[in-house]
Amino acid sequence: MLKRCKSCSDFHWFPRSICPLCGSDDTYWLPSEGKGKIYSLTITRKAGPMAYALAYVTLEEGITLMSNIVDCDLDSLRIGYDVQVVFKNSPSGQAVPMFKPIK
Amino acid sequence: MSIRGKASIAGIFEHPTRKAPDKTVAQLHAECARGALADAGLTLKDVDGYFCAGDAPGLGPLNMADYIGLHCNHIDSTDTGGSSYLVHVSHAAQAISAGKCNVALITLAGRPRSESSSGMKPRNWGPNVPDEPFESPFGVVTVNNYALVAARHMHDWGTTAEQLAWVKVAASTHAQYNPNAMLREVVSVADVLASPLISDPLRRMDCCVVSDGGGALIVTRPEIAKSLNRPVITIRGAGEAIKGNRGGRIDLSYSAATWSGKTAFTEARLTPADIQYASIYDSFTITVLMQLEDLGFCAKGAGGRFVADGNLISGVGKLPFNTDGGGLCNNHPSNRGGMTKVIEAVRQLRGESHPQVQVKNCTLALAQGMGGQLGSRHGSATLILERQ
Repeated sequence: MLKRCKSCSDFHWFPRSICPLCGSDDTYWLPSEGKGKIYSLTITRKAGPMAYALAYVTLEEGITLMSNIVDCDLDSLRIGYDVQVVFKNSPSGQAVPMFKPIK
Repeated sequence: MSIRGKASIAGIFEHPTRKAPDKTVAQLHAECARGALADAGLTLKDVDGYFCAGDAPGLGPLNMADYIGLHCNHIDSTDTGGSSYLVHVSHAAQAISAGKCNVALITLAGRPRSESSSGMKPRNWGPNVPDEPFESPFGVVTVNNYALVAARHMHDWGTTAEQLAWVKVAASTHAQYNPNAMLREVVSVADVLASPLISDPLRRMDCCVVSDGGGALIVTRPEIAKSLNRPVITIRGAGEAIKGNRGGRIDLSYSAATWSGKTAFTEARLTPADIQYASIYDSFTITVLMQLEDLGFCAKGAGGRFVADGNLISGVGKLPFNTDGGGLCNNHPSNRGGMTKVIEAVRQLRGESHPQVQVKNCTLALAQGMGGQLGSRHGSATLILERQ
């Protein structure tokens, strides 16, 4: 689910109640297919017991969000790869959107 | 109404310690204040303005002003991370210019090394931070946030790990002459590339030191500065700016230095070609590249070529940088490197840098600070300083 503004028609992320682009409070949730491309990527090797991929993903809707790339060989990932959202549970139990590469 | 020529940096002090488990943070602040006042030839009673940031324990400036023993008519605890102290210099100049302050004291101190801080640990900015639920679940820390910028820069312009390594090589070449520097060994590009990857593409030697310590500055009216026994160093231009994620329109190709630099150069009526020495915030090698491009020392995307082959080394290249060894090799106290950037710029203008790295007849210098996270939200501040 992404946030969109009825006043300026733009999407924004992370979600706010007031549109950060035009200032209107007429924002609403819209489902997204969660398809995008990797905009930037780094394999974090020394922050914990296992390496993980921190990334920015640009969705087809034109906005970019921070996430992890999962369910793949981390070292094979490249900027520009197509990815698809998958929901994983964070340590607190909440479902968070992560992405896996698609062919 | 410009601040150009309206204020001078009359006192500087960089605490010699790099590890201080036996001193409190407040004590370090006070020792730095004392050192800068002694350097200026002024006393505690002369101070009527106080500036500090998030490293000052307590509520804004209240606890530290009380601890040091200050009576102030002007206070400012603007916090933009490591760039705060450059913002403070600019704000002090504005206060002096407006008649609100005569002698401003700016202090920084902290003990991240003794307190086991690291660029690989998540930072806690307190409750209610709105972006946190959408970023922290993904394991973002300081190093990988900056690594995202480096990875994109390599993708967009073919910047190489070797080019980034040259930034560290230059800093280490200067640090060898600094007896207080944490890392004094001169390293080669090969040495940097042999250091372990922390978060691709950043290696350990692409990252600044974690050091205890601090520093302080005295900013005052030029008339007062002229009565003291030091060369008069005047603020010629200043700029500050912040950049966030723009609602998801993320573009990692530039930083807020694009705006703070433009403001400073416009006010100073100068261009990058006029600058003889530059202190460039060096939390990571990529930070330096980005700021050099955004300030206009080279074209966007050309930062890799600009820093390569020793171009930042004093006596060798076109733009001597961080001649104290910078955050990469000398000091990055409290994880906030802006204070030491201003201090070395003032040393260069006074002719007080080590003779092996001193720029001849240095009259125009730039100090650049970058605070926060380059890959998400950060603050930039640019100062242009002149020796009268």
